[in-house]
Amino acid sequence: MSGGSYYVPDQSRFPIFMAFSLFLLVMGASSTINNLDDPTSNSVYILYTGFACLFLTLFFWFRQVIKEHLAGLDSNQLKQSYVYGMAWFIFSEVMFFAAFFGALFYVRTFAVPWLAGDGAKGGAITAIELWPAFESAWPVMTTPDQGNEYDLAKKSMAWPGWNHALQWLPLWNTIVLLSSSWTVHLAHLGLKKGNRKKFNAYLGVTVLLALIFVGLQALEYYEAYAHYGLTLNSGIYGSTFFMLTGFHGFHVMMGGIMLAVMLARSVFAGHFEQHDHFGFEAASWYWHFVDVVWLMLFLFVYIL
Amino acid sequence: MSAVIENHHDDHHHGPAKGITRWLYTTNHKDIGTLYLWFSFAMFLIGGAMAMVIRAELFQPGMQIVEPEFYNQMITLHGLIMIFGGVMPAFVGLANWLVPMMIGAPDMALPRMNNLSFWILPFAFFILLSSLFMEGGAPNFGWTFYAPLSTTYAPPSVTFFIFSVHIMGASSIMGAINVVVTIMNMRAPGVSLMKMPLFVWSWLITAYLLIAVMPVLAGAVTMMLMDIHFGTSFFNAAGGGDPVLFQHIFWFFGHPEVYIMILPAFGIVSHIIETFSRKQLFGYSSMVWAMLSIAILSFVVWAHHMFTVGLPLAAEIFFMWATMLIAVPTGVKVFNWVATMFRGSLTFETPMLFAIAFVVLFTIGGLSGLMLAIVPADFQYHDTYFVVAHFHYVLVPGAIFSIMAAVYYWIPKWSGNMYDERLGKLHFWLSFIGVNVTFFPQHFIGLAGMPRRYPDYALVFADWNMVSSVGAFLFGFSQLLFLFIVIKTVMGGKKATDQVWDGAKGLEWTVASPAPYHTFSTPPKVD
Repeated sequence: MSGGSYYVPDQSRFPIFMAFSLFLLVMGASSTINNLDDPTSNSVYILYTGFACLFLTLFFWFRQVIKEHLAGLDSNQLKQSYVYGMAWFIFSEVMFFAAFFGALFYVRTFAVPWLAGDGAKGGAITAIELWPAFESAWPVMTTPDQGNEYDLAKKSMAWPGWNHALQWLPLWNTIVLLSSSWTVHLAHLGLKKGNRKKFNAYLGVTVLLALIFVGLQALEYYEAYAHYGLTLNSGIYGSTFFMLTGFHGFHVMMGGIMLAVMLARSVFAGHFEQHDHFGFEAASWYWHFVDVVWLMLFLFVYIL
Repeated sequence: MSAVIENHHDDHHHGPAKGITRWLYTTNHKDIGTLYLWFSFAMFLIGGAMAMVIRAELFQPGMQIVEPEFYNQMITLHGLIMIFGGVMPAFVGLANWLVPMMIGAPDMALPRMNNLSFWILPFAFFILLSSLFMEGGAPNFGWTFYAPLSTTYAPPSVTFFIFSVHIMGASSIMGAINVVVTIMNMRAPGVSLMKMPLFVWSWLITAYLLIAVMPVLAGAVTMMLMDIHFGTSFFNAAGGGDPVLFQHIFWFFGHPEVYIMILPAFGIVSHIIETFSRKQLFGYSSMVWAMLSIAILSFVVWAHHMFTVGLPLAAEIFFMWATMLIAVPTGVKVFNWVATMFRGSLTFETPMLFAIAFVVLFTIGGLSGLMLAIVPADFQYHDTYFVVAHFHYVLVPGAIFSIMAAVYYWIPKWSGNMYDERLGKLHFWLSFIGVNVTFFPQHFIGLAGMPRRYPDYALVFADWNMVSSVGAFLFGFSQLLFLFIVIKTVMGGKKATDQVWDGAKGLEWTVASPAPYHTFSTPPKVD
């Protein structure tokens, strides 16, 4: 503890504003979703207000933290707290994705084969009674009810074979995202050597690659909906595909925004020093994390 | 806001701000701890009132007081409120008050986020409770919200339920990150890991469990939301999903959640038994290792909640043995508590009474858990009142008794005043008798086959249900006495000394009573 004094921030309005913003956000989201069929419903404005309040609060809260940091109020101990805090936050994100990957493994290994009549338990008999025509496969292009309640897809996103590899968007997405992980690392190396130009340039490239990734992902979704007939409503393959890639895409956007903010702070405000740049480092950790998630997706959602 | 930065050296030693803004904008771990504790008390009373409705309906066979639909809403909200609004925030409140004082830290590591974690909760529970007044009523599918009850057949308010669980989860994750970071980074020099007080250890492990499983719960409710409103089929077999998948995901969260609600209790009881035995705690390091083993095992036992859904035989056997394995570290802990008391100079102040009752009654709950772990036996017990008796024995005289013990034990340090010992003992005996009269008979009616979650039952169960209801009213109304005792102590009473209890050890007993607004501005010396 340097100097024996620890900076305990004074009272702050931000937390309760943020809690209130979250309240508006979830109230707005719930009532909007519950009234999707009602065109006269106004609840979406509550949702927008919640978003706006949340962004404003976050902006001013972060500004305050940065100001305090620049004023030299953060002890080394507090800086260490931010490091631990970010690491544990990323761990919680890992567990969030674990739930969806767990669902994917479960349906692929157990649910779909059982529905097609595999296994010794009574469940298999029920499935054969109810849905005799259903056969187990992955990607499963049909549903046990043969599309009565669901819109069956014509084509899946799976690996198309070497002959069509170059037209296959996920491959390009992988290349883009892996390169961006590398460029953000180069930016970090530049900063550690005190080379701001290199830092800004590589960070700029990273943000650009993030945009390209999101664009390609949007294109892929468009193709899925418009040409493949693959939607959220296509049964369990569509469900797992869109939820896993969708949450990943959302995290890419979050990470991209973080990196863009870091870029703006460096370019316009000259923030970050050779040995003092945890704000950037935390964002880059997050970026490597979404990259690792993508590799898992590439393997388990697309290839295998 | 920049004034804050310039003034901070003057701010350092001042007291709390005046008026309501003290509580709204506070960054002080003691204020936030107090907020958490009062909030959980309010939720405890609301959830308790729902339990009274349930027991009033079950007082006699036949339908007398409420409609079956409303009964379902009551059992659902009772569970959700007691778990997410009562027990968990109470433990977070205790962690806020005690962890920084026990490790010699000036405050929690991330004080503003600490305030945010608390203030999300009133909003989240406002949303959850407001669902009672919505079209179709409140959630009615039980606190475990199994699909398809919570998806295909759910009332519209399920959307509000889903989002309130989301923000409760965010609050828990932030609270837990704060505790972990505080413990890892803010210990005074000399407080090494194996010198940490056991309450701190128990919370380090609990926080790890929270960060690991709350996101999984968020994933589960997100899949529900998508199934209900956006056409996915995670939990619908017709689309290739599986309702059992919901149970797997839910219990992967749910089982560690059970330990989240008991590990801090282990920490509390260890301190209290040590103090009132006037001996050193028996087997400190085995206590730590036992808690770690319990936490790790908690990730591989979830399917023991699902023995009757049609699991493959190999899975049933694996989850049965893994579950029984947990009895070993738990047995180590019970042994150590008993060994600490053995030949100690015992006195029986209220906290000690609650702690001893904890050891005895929690062990009963643990043993009925072992019975439930046996697969063929569970086929018989599953979803009967035996299960209700089991988990209420570990949660009420387990988790909640430990929270009450903690309040009696530390309230002199928090308020500077001693509580009324006579009233405290009265509260203990009323609660102890009430809890046993309520839940012990439920073992009998459960073994005799009474299913849980029904508002009506066969005549053969009438007598024990009436006994159980009488006990529940006794227990419920005794808690108003607890409220009175707490308020009386906060308002005044005999002044407490700094050490309060003559056997008490630990940093929190070295500071003044009541503890100063900012405890340690320089780290204390610990050898």
